[in-house]
Amino acid sequence: MEATADKERLDRDFTELYRTHLRDVYSYAYYRVGNHHDAEDLTEQTFLQAYRHFERAQRESDGRPLRPWLIRIAHNLAANFYRDRSRRPVTQLEDASVLHEPHGTEQLVEEREEVKEVLEGVSKLPDDRREALIMRFALDMDNREIARALGRSEGATKVLIHRAIKQLEESLEEDGGDE
Amino acid sequence: MSDRVEQLLRSALVPVEPPEALSDRLERGFLELTEVAAAELADWELSAMRDPRNWARPVAAVVVGSVAAGGLVLVRARQQQKKRHATGLAALEKSIRGVADDIQKHLKR
Repeated sequence: MEATADKERLDRDFTELYRTHLRDVYSYAYYRVGNHHDAEDLTEQTFLQAYRHFERAQRESDGRPLRPWLIRIAHNLAANFYRDRSRRPVTQLEDASVLHEPHGTEQLVEEREEVKEVLEGVSKLPDDRREALIMRFALDMDNREIARALGRSEGATKVLIHRAIKQLEESLEEDGGDE
Repeated sequence: MSDRVEQLLRSALVPVEPPEALSDRLERGFLELTEVAAAELADWELSAMRDPRNWARPVAAVVVGSVAAGGLVLVRARQQQKKRHATGLAALEKSIRGVADDIQKHLKR
């Protein structure tokens, strides 16, 4: 009876985790792989793997949020994805559906162009910097969560994000200067 | 400039809503796990159970089956609020086959 109750509790907890973080995992996957088809595949595999190890993760989390653990699973699966397919992520702005419908004003067109340049800049960053930015801005994770997801210290994560933004800024300035 | 870059990053890297069909795929994945585990048990001859060395295999199948069945709870709960969409993606089959292979390997140990 006790085992059944534990199982039910575990399922309830996993349901909660799934509902709360499906969008996070999907967003991360999307920005890593750059298309919806592979993002779905990666999200599905992430939750299947998470379910298999959920009991242990919950036991060892000591009450800390499990989102970094979930994203770490997605991160590892994404690394395998690229290793298997020998390709780099490409964020496809048109597929992202992240922008509002253009209203035809010059300002909106300009903003859209800037956003496109930023996405291209992000896709060209080294893997660890790109991932840190995805976690920070798409998932709104703080330094502590990102550090846990990447297996780094908080200090190292703070430096990583700072350098990522700096590098992106420089690349945008260069691109702006070229035009 | 950094503030501007951060602002642009917030505009560019917005959360992306997952498609509704994704929960269907997850449900199918868990169903497949359950079926693999059930089939493993059905194929097992009772006579083999006299040897304790063989106990680990069906026990593993029960565990895998119950874990997978539990997974259905979560995806079905989500689906109650969502419409069903037909999917038939090859990627799903591939991932299910991968998981099923893992289980088979475990059970054969």
